[in-house]
Amino acid sequence: MAKVLVVTSGKGGVGKTTSTASLGAALAQGGQRVVVIDFDVGLRNLDLVMGAERRVVFDLINVVQGDAKLAQALIRDKRIDTLSLLPASQTRDKDALTSDGVAKVLAELREKFDWVICDSPAGIEKGATLAMYHADAAVVVTNPEVSSVRDSDRIIGLLDSKTQRAERGERMEKHLLLTRYDSARAARGEMLKTEDVLEILSIPLLGIIPESEEVLRASNIGAPITLSNPASAAGRAYFDAAKRLRGEDIPMTVPVERRGLMGKLFGRRVA
Amino acid sequence: MSLLNFLNRRRSAPVARERLQILLAHERAVHGHRDLVAILQEEILAVIAKHMAIEREKVQVKLDRGKAVSTLEIDIEMPDLAQAAAAAARH
Repeated sequence: MAKVLVVTSGKGGVGKTTSTASLGAALAQGGQRVVVIDFDVGLRNLDLVMGAERRVVFDLINVVQGDAKLAQALIRDKRIDTLSLLPASQTRDKDALTSDGVAKVLAELREKFDWVICDSPAGIEKGATLAMYHADAAVVVTNPEVSSVRDSDRIIGLLDSKTQRAERGERMEKHLLLTRYDSARAARGEMLKTEDVLEILSIPLLGIIPESEEVLRASNIGAPITLSNPASAAGRAYFDAAKRLRGEDIPMTVPVERRGLMGKLFGRRVA
Repeated sequence: MSLLNFLNRRRSAPVARERLQILLAHERAVHGHRDLVAILQEEILAVIAKHMAIEREKVQVKLDRGKAVSTLEIDIEMPDLAQAAAAAARH
């Protein structure tokens, strides 16, 4: 039974697209059939982060409006054959997305994949509400920072009231993904701790992604970090989060960068 | 700057935590009630619409939160009954 997951946050720039690509890739690397969908019409970026920007021919709106078949718009990842991408339109208006149209596309994707992961745009407008409306579960991406936590609280409220599940009186499964976390600063009292954010938002924790230089490097080269550097701290944190999504009981830790002898000597990555 | 000042300056996370807790307690109350008002209005409209034709804006729901007492004000302007019944019969 396929699961539709929305990756959302309210605030922009907290790591929704990075997390969509990394969780999607991690699940696919584990043998699951995964499709990631970009809902950010007009400001698409999931294609770029996944290194597929030059392969986009048709997009979500083309499929919704019947101008292209789903199979024509799906881009199969060249590195992991169980991973596909459905890009957003860069030129069209977001009003071209309708709830019925999205529902039809999602129903078709549920037949073909184990996981359908929707990368929500920032904000609480139509694009964001459409991305969450049909979801079975949500990953709320949050930075340990006041404005991000506040916006996440607002998004959690919307997940509990403005989704199909909420309207039917069903429970919406929600997971917190804490990103850009710096354990040392949290320990010194300079940054909100995991427990602080959990206490305020009171939804279960899916994972803690440490602040890592490798995340920028991964987006620079257009590869999810679980592919570009699976051994990095952030890469391992995403693998753990993906396993928890599949129901595995993985102890919650904040991975730290492993440094070889050269790295220790020179204090940074050598390669 | 004394050592104590220096340490306090660095520990800003507890301040962030407290500010968020106060702010969100307030915001949750506001958004929660806004939803309640909308739901009440829809459901009251649906009940009345079963029996007579009524315009959406004829049902007003207002919630006032006071310190000691909160009031829920529901104002329903009834249509002319004979006209409404005739309209309902035509449907």
